[in-house]
Amino acid sequence: MPVPPFRTALSLAVLSAACALPAAGFAGIDDNTVAFVQSVEPAGLDPTVSSPVAAGQVTWQNVFEGLVTIDRNGEIVPQLATGWEVSQDGRQITFALREGVSFHDGTPFDAEVAKFSLERILAEDSTNGQKALYTVIERVEAPDAGTLVLTLSRPSSDLLYWLGFPAAVIVAPDTADTNATDPVGTGPFRVAEWRKGDRVVMTRAEDYWGEAAPLDGITARFISDPQAQAAALKSGEVDVIAELGAAELFAQFENDPAYTARVGTGEMEVVAGMNNARAPFDDIRVRQALQMAIDRAQVIEAVKSGFGTPIGSHFSPASPYYVDLTDLFPYDPEAARALLDEAGLGDGLEFTFKVPNRPYAERTAEIMQAFFAQIGVTARIESSDFPAAWIQEVFTDTDYDMTIIGHAEPLDIGIYARDPYYFNYDSPEFDAAMEAVATAATPEARADAYADAQRILARDVPALYLYSDPKLGVWDARLEGVWADGPVPANDMTDLRWTR
Amino acid sequence: MRRLKRIGRRLGGLAAVLTLASVVIFALIEAAPGDPALIMLGTGAQPDTLAALRAELGLDRPLALRYLDWIGGVLRGDLGMSYTYGTPVAELIVQRLAVTLPLTALATALAVAISLPLGTWAAHRPGGGVDGLATVFAQAGIAVPNFWIGLLLILGVALGLGAFPTGGFPGWDAGAGTAIHALVLPALALAIPQAAVLTRVTRAAVIEIASEDFIRTARAKGLTRGQALWRHTMPNALLPVVTMLGLQIPFLISGAVLVETVFNLPGIGTLAYNALAQRDLIVVQNVVLFFAVIVLASNAAVDALYAVLDPRLRGRR
Repeated sequence: MPVPPFRTALSLAVLSAACALPAAGFAGIDDNTVAFVQSVEPAGLDPTVSSPVAAGQVTWQNVFEGLVTIDRNGEIVPQLATGWEVSQDGRQITFALREGVSFHDGTPFDAEVAKFSLERILAEDSTNGQKALYTVIERVEAPDAGTLVLTLSRPSSDLLYWLGFPAAVIVAPDTADTNATDPVGTGPFRVAEWRKGDRVVMTRAEDYWGEAAPLDGITARFISDPQAQAAALKSGEVDVIAELGAAELFAQFENDPAYTARVGTGEMEVVAGMNNARAPFDDIRVRQALQMAIDRAQVIEAVKSGFGTPIGSHFSPASPYYVDLTDLFPYDPEAARALLDEAGLGDGLEFTFKVPNRPYAERTAEIMQAFFAQIGVTARIESSDFPAAWIQEVFTDTDYDMTIIGHAEPLDIGIYARDPYYFNYDSPEFDAAMEAVATAATPEARADAYADAQRILARDVPALYLYSDPKLGVWDARLEGVWADGPVPANDMTDLRWTR
Repeated sequence: MRRLKRIGRRLGGLAAVLTLASVVIFALIEAAPGDPALIMLGTGAQPDTLAALRAELGLDRPLALRYLDWIGGVLRGDLGMSYTYGTPVAELIVQRLAVTLPLTALATALAVAISLPLGTWAAHRPGGGVDGLATVFAQAGIAVPNFWIGLLLILGVALGLGAFPTGGFPGWDAGAGTAIHALVLPALALAIPQAAVLTRVTRAAVIEIASEDFIRTARAKGLTRGQALWRHTMPNALLPVVTMLGLQIPFLISGAVLVETVFNLPGIGTLAYNALAQRDLIVVQNVVLFFAVIVLASNAAVDALYAVLDPRLRGRR
């Protein structure tokens, strides 16, 4: 019984034929397209349902637009509304809507469509994850095709800002239910293909109402591993990494003229939340002492290769309302020890530190553990599978002592006024400050109220305030128009162009 | 008739094992902490929004009912809808198999192409230079995890030489050549640990068979060493090699999860990995059940192959 020679000859022939092919080009300057890295693949492409951040990072501005939008400087600017007027008592906003706008499938945009979009967010069976930001809207009316009137239950200085966010983009009634898989928006690009697990390909929408996008097409590539992101950029498979996942990989691009490497401001604050309802964290002195045990500059050096800004409260240094409060409880192990002593914990303190299995969180927690040890505090690190287990244990059940997480949502200081929220922090004084923010009649009053809120948190330390993450962007140096800062978690590609 | 009965008994056994597996898979995945609706909506979600999404996904129904829904659907060929993607799970699995099947097939072909000649050659002169090399390869290949080999290949071959893409998959519509080209490095990373094991098994089997009496008889009849190897040693030595190949299939699948992640390939491994992270329970259940089917089927296939390779086993049992 002779045995054929293993068929190896055949498989080797196939293999060598494959090796002889040149590396495939994916996108780039030659066909006037751009491929950008998106680390998390969204669940669906509709930013108004579920997983809002990742969906918005692919389709916001590129495919979907809002009544207003947030520009690269974080300013509110008109989009599908040309202008608006706020009534004297602050409880009514009247929008003038843009004419001649239509969706990619030809459906015209008008006040009824806008009304439908907003009412869909507020509906009882709404699955919009950010619904809470819009519940101040009491009534939506469309007196004529070009006018939309919002009646609010109370004045809200933030509502316009939130209307510029991905969660409030305008969708058409006929396509709203299928937008998650087959998005139809009013933006300069339309989705051509979603190859799940790999990429979303978008092409220029030819009948766009505004100025046509300079690029013929854009592609979101889903690459979660920072090493793989950097490798893909170097090999030319992608052209833009708006937010590089690992700071230590950034330096190699800084000195390479083929790339633009920009340290932009981000909206992420990394904080170590404590269970304020559980002893000993219900004692403000303990929380203050732990804040003084941490040298934030060293943490940033070790975890983020020095890229980051120390924070003293829950606010991004990029915001115009930011107040630097890092001096309130600076690094001072002696004072920290004394304060623990005063709280009756001079003999030491031991607790569980529930750390999500994300590299930044794990590294930060390990350094914090060392700093805690210096003042006689033992933090037992317990790893928690993120997001699934962490959300359940910390967020839903609040069964934890201390945890650590980056809060990526912009202007989210209001979470401390939420009840329930995982800090279990309860302060009528803070709630009043947030109320003052909402009802502020002037920009100055709003800034003052935000400053008060920041000061209250800096003093009460419901969470240890660590650092704000910069947005480390790297892209092909021949590209122009990439957003360096990140006022909104987004990959707005509408102004990108190739030069040279 | 006896044969049909045997096959029937075999299939009955498979069905029982799969039913049990489905219960265990469902229970384990349900027991894992994490609410799919909460993960989808994010931490800003309000209780009423959560309740609405749970109802939409059917998560508010009792456990037993959900299990029966799932299994009933599977039996009818309907695997349900993915929570996160909102598309049919069957469609997702088929799309991903278009990457994973060629990947694992290529890896297996590579592993066989490396290990059979190397193992045989090493056995030809035990203790010789080639044998030493094969031993080092086998030891190192078993010790080094495949994802690390993958990273080395990305750094050395893809970035260093620029001969292969660093990851990603262009899709089959980009042309079979381009698609296979993107699979070569991941397949190699997957193949090396497998080839290491197979080299060892081949070497041991060839050495053992070569010292048997019937080989000496064959040589005494006047066959050259090569003739004896091809006609008598190899057919016998292939038996343990095929067994090992079959036993490696579960490792191939678990290896694919890691290698696909490293190379960013949209295969069934990354589907399972991401679905688990997102608690897309229905996808995880179906993919794991699918893995169970593959493992059981591959075991059955190895048994069947025995009968082909070894005439003595035909009609037994």
